[in-house]
Amino acid sequence: MLTAEDKKLIQQIWGKLGGAEEEVGADALNRMFHSYPPTKTYFPHFDLSPGSDQVRGHGKKVVAALSNAIKNMDNLSQALSELSNLHAYNLRVDPPCFSLQFLSQCLQVSLATRLGKEYTPEVHSAVDKFMSAVASVLAEKYR
Amino acid sequence: MVHWSAEEKQLITSVWAKVNVEECGAEALARLLIVYPWTQRFFSDFGNLSSPTAIIGNPKVRAHGKKVLTSFGEAIKNLDNLKGTYSKLSELHCDKLHVDPENFRLLGDILVIVLASHLGRDFTPVCQFAWQKLMGVVAHALAHKYH
Repeated sequence: MLTAEDKKLIQQIWGKLGGAEEEVGADALNRMFHSYPPTKTYFPHFDLSPGSDQVRGHGKKVVAALSNAIKNMDNLSQALSELSNLHAYNLRVDPPCFSLQFLSQCLQVSLATRLGKEYTPEVHSAVDKFMSAVASVLAEKYR
Repeated sequence: MVHWSAEEKQLITSVWAKVNVEECGAEALARLLIVYPWTQRFFSDFGNLSSPTAIIGNPKVRAHGKKVLTSFGEAIKNLDNLKGTYSKLSELHCDKLHVDPENFRLLGDILVIVLASHLGRDFTPVCQFAWQKLMGVVAHALAHKYH
């Protein structure tokens, strides 16, 4: 359960990215495709080579969705409602509890490489919980 | 048997050379107990685990973290025989410690994040790949003797 403190930490840490959010998105996706090759099966139509414009573009989309979620942490269900439908009925990515776990790990690695010591255990915990909450909402309509 | 390419071995050993085993071990174990508080169930005799500050400063957590990461060092010297290297530890975790192997995956992911925060951009995607692979193989070896 996200506490008020967790929410504050997440907003602060996202704020520290200062415009680098898109880079983080692309980096996270790149890392995910590298470390967890099965995730590539959802992107047969993409050029997944390093520096790919498609990966950058998609990373930007993912990060925009997360930024929106962060602005609406008190009502994630509603904020992510459309994405939830998309994942459940169109994309049908293997239940987010599994796949999002990989994106969550890679997003956190990406944040940690940029933030170093500022990615404290408390921030780490808050972000991990947040990504879990996002995954739950995205999985809500699967069945 | 797991196959390690020369590049993967190089990525693993070059990162390992930069690791302060005592610091990183302590940090990884502390984060495990903070981020996944249910893991505290295995450390009921460790004293004060009541807050992140308490956990980070807890001398038993630090000592045990160092022990755990030191054993990783052994794994890295024996990449071609991880099951053999971890055979006794696997039995211990099953028979005496009763640790659900899922926890090995959690600790592995946390260690990767700790490395990322220490190494910054040097912890490239290919580096991460080699280390996530290592974490997976270590977790598998540790679970191997479960029955």
